[in-house]
Amino acid sequence: MNILPKWAELVLIPLISVCIAFVISGIIIVLIGENPISALKLMIDGALGSSYGWGYTLYYATNFLFTGLAVSIAFHAKLFNIGGEGQATVGGLGVAIVCLSFPWPHWSVALIAASFGAMAFGAIWGLIPAYLQAKRGSHIVITTIMFNFIAAALLNYLLVNVFRPDGSMDPATAKFPDQTNLPTLHEILSLIGIPFSKAAPANVCFLIAILSCFLVWVLLWRTRLGYEIRAFGHSDSAAEYAGISSSKIIIVTMMISGALAGLMAINNVMGEAERLVMNSAEGAGFIGIAVALMGRSHPFGVLLASILFGFLYQGGAELALWTSIPRELIVVIQALVILFTGALDNLVRIPLEKTFIYFRKGNA
Amino acid sequence: MEFLTIIQILDSTIRLATPLIFAALAGLFSERAGIFDIGLEGKMLISAFLAAAVAASSGSVWVGLFAGIVGSVVFSGIHGVASITFKGNQIISGVAINFLAAGLTVLIAQSWFSQGGRTPSLSGSARFNPVNLPFTEALQNIPYLGIIYNELISGHTVLVYVALILVPLSWWVLFKTTVGLRLRAVGENPAALDTAGISVARTRYLAILICGILCGLSGVYLSTGLSAGFVKDMSAGRGYIALAALIFAKWRPWYVLAACLLFGLLEAISNRYQNIDIFSFTLPVQFMQSLPYILTVVILAGFIGKAVPPKAGGQPYIKER
Repeated sequence: MNILPKWAELVLIPLISVCIAFVISGIIIVLIGENPISALKLMIDGALGSSYGWGYTLYYATNFLFTGLAVSIAFHAKLFNIGGEGQATVGGLGVAIVCLSFPWPHWSVALIAASFGAMAFGAIWGLIPAYLQAKRGSHIVITTIMFNFIAAALLNYLLVNVFRPDGSMDPATAKFPDQTNLPTLHEILSLIGIPFSKAAPANVCFLIAILSCFLVWVLLWRTRLGYEIRAFGHSDSAAEYAGISSSKIIIVTMMISGALAGLMAINNVMGEAERLVMNSAEGAGFIGIAVALMGRSHPFGVLLASILFGFLYQGGAELALWTSIPRELIVVIQALVILFTGALDNLVRIPLEKTFIYFRKGNA
Repeated sequence: MEFLTIIQILDSTIRLATPLIFAALAGLFSERAGIFDIGLEGKMLISAFLAAAVAASSGSVWVGLFAGIVGSVVFSGIHGVASITFKGNQIISGVAINFLAAGLTVLIAQSWFSQGGRTPSLSGSARFNPVNLPFTEALQNIPYLGIIYNELISGHTVLVYVALILVPLSWWVLFKTTVGLRLRAVGENPAALDTAGISVARTRYLAILICGILCGLSGVYLSTGLSAGFVKDMSAGRGYIALAALIFAKWRPWYVLAACLLFGLLEAISNRYQNIDIFSFTLPVQFMQSLPYILTVVILAGFIGKAVPPKAGGQPYIKER
């Protein structure tokens, strides 16, 4: 039985939780001797006050959209994919191999091929833990954590020993050929006459991320597979009884999840760095957890949460530039968002339910 | 390989295994009582920071030790409130704790010391110094035994010996005392404990408290024993390796010691040698570094025996009505 109406469940609870997280972040800023109001102003100015700021905000948001969707789709099957970071890392390998191995005639062809490369690598990195959970009963949370570390070591090894160009000391691949460079939002928007900052890294992948949002929504709520995934998430035994194979759902869901996380690499590796470097995912895989929790695992919620986190990321960078507040403030905010929208969900839910019951009795 | 080299590698194995032993035993108490704890890393980190920060300002490592443990216990408490009182998701809570520690330590370090997220380096009584066991001089000239005693057994900080003593102690508490029985029962079948009139929540909070103290010791050792001061992200995944060791040991104290020593040995070897040549085949250092994780995946998948976690692990206890 649901005590709360749908809007309270989907909007009010996450909103209150996020507010609590922000208030505590504000208190922490006060405690380290800075002014939270002026910090917020600086963040808004830096992240949203110029098309340059927006360009970075949307670039970060693109990363978080992919990883957020990845975590969300796994959540719908009651699977916790902490491995987004590793999947995004090996996705980068897929992108690098595609971009470096073939003389692509045009960026659009390269992007399609690189997307498939990224998704395939990410999917494989999701498949192994899924297979081990489905067939061998190992806990997917632990396996995906371990796979993050294995992915980091693998990337480290390949960059140092295999992909590093001769004579270079830097553990990174060669720069991708110019034909694979993706058009930035500046180039796209200038086609329709809108001026946009040239320096910001937001690129065509943002549109692909929005498209992915829509496709995930279609998959989850308009297809048979999506129905099976959600049914399995609600009750695995009922789903099994209805003839849904649990191994199939675990494996397919984790492959889609891994593919989405891997797909992030077209944005950060192909779109921004234009080469593969060490630790390329930079924690975006973990932010996907916060984004999915805050967005209540719904693609539209994930979109909003990604943009909020994109803003926090860019705003935090500006803050670190102009004040003595280090970038790690964002990590604290991220942690508090995860804590309050995820683990301490009942802290908000229980009093809210009581309030609703109280008012309903009053009306009756 | 020379005898002395082997002894030196084993010596650093013990030093590197110590934080793993503390943290894995911390996880042992928590997970045996049915609270999954992937927040070991975060608790280790906050404790390492507070211990170094307080030791640096007070000049006494013992005050630092106290501060580190308090920090870890507070974080453990957050995990407890989320997963016991509010019946939240223990994995999500653990993730949050890890990020909270990663962010807060740098934020506070920058605000207190302005050294780019590190504490001043510690010296003298502000850190744990090596303890020389008795008879080192008497045994010095005996071949082999003298080296083993002087290099390997003697000359560690006091926390190393504490960690080694805690292994049998944990075994005794968990398997030979009433409290231990209750802790294990609450992780396997909390309803049975509830029926017997023992508070599930209180028992789990006790486990959380022990976990916090032990994890605190791990962090304290990291910043005041193994190194001399705190640097950003200094736990560097050790909390996860401890978790891996705990699973590798299938949640049993003596095996925890063995797993931690094995993972410590792997780290000691990869610190000393970049690549290892076995006949014509070269093992890259990255492989050595990821071996604990690979081994854990293999053991969890049941390819070498079966690792079965406590039955009620990860589940909040909801009383039947």
